Amino acid sequence: MLASIAFYVLSVIAVISAFAVISARNPVHSVLFLILTFFTSAGLFVLLGAEFLAMLLVVVYVGAVAVLFLFVVMMLDVDFAELKKGFLSYMPLGALIALALMGELALVASASMSAQGAPIAIAPTQAGDITNAEAIGHVLYTEYLLVFQMAGLVLFVAMIGAIVLTLRHRPGVKKQDIAAQVGRKRSEGVELKDIRPGQGLG
Amino acid sequence: MEIGLVHYLFVAGALFTIGCFGIFANAKNVIIILMSIELILLAVNINLVAFSAFLQNLEGQIFAMMVLTVAAAEAAVGLAILVTYFRNRGNIAVEDINQMRG
Repeated sequence: MLASIAFYVLSVIAVISAFAVISARNPVHSVLFLILTFFTSAGLFVLLGAEFLAMLLVVVYVGAVAVLFLFVVMMLDVDFAELKKGFLSYMPLGALIALALMGELALVASASMSAQGAPIAIAPTQAGDITNAEAIGHVLYTEYLLVFQMAGLVLFVAMIGAIVLTLRHRPGVKKQDIAAQVGRKRSEGVELKDIRPGQGLG
Repeated sequence: MEIGLVHYLFVAGALFTIGCFGIFANAKNVIIILMSIELILLAVNINLVAFSAFLQNLEGQIFAMMVLTVAAAEAAVGLAILVTYFRNRGNIAVEDINQMRG
């Protein structure tokens, strides 16, 4: 009973805040509503017995992706009121497509429900008394090791790509050149002068 | 009433639909479009985890982790492109983005 109440509360908050993401006037509010959506979805994951993914969602999305969005929104000095102008012109088409999509998804979901008869009872996704994270670890590092490494590769490529895209070389900026510093020879830096007494450097 | 698989599917479907609608409604604002894509991927993740829990199979959660990885990578690269575009053009209007063609 408590789980049902939690499910309804979390899902209603998730859907409402997801709608607020796309309709908020201020993009900073959009990002904050996005964070709320991810938090409530993490709650849904906990209800489903996937605690590890719930924590991953909070850490990765709220901790990294949402902050990245917030950073970009605040860093770019964009006139968002100008961008908001076309909101109504695409509305009918978007609403039509959204309605069709929702109808299809609902149809498929209810059809699969009636095909199975009674809904399957929820069960913990791990056997015995090991935790969800432990169960995932058992599978992830054995059967799905290659997939795990591919995920790491994807993140690596994305990191390199993001750095390459945003790195810029501005000419005329004084920077430390360590190779030039280290490669300096004594002959380039020091010169010995043989000065006679009483004459000075001249 | 007991919460079944279909309840989670409906929530995920609603989030997916909102994400798709957001792309159309905010067709000028790239940042909101990227956030809508994140919503769509979140809906996919909810579906995967729900099926994983109800079919008692952990593979769905592994796959949801991969989707999470790709979503994070996509957000990072997308925002990097956005920052570079803004630096060159001074705005982020989507209509002119086809100028990025080589």
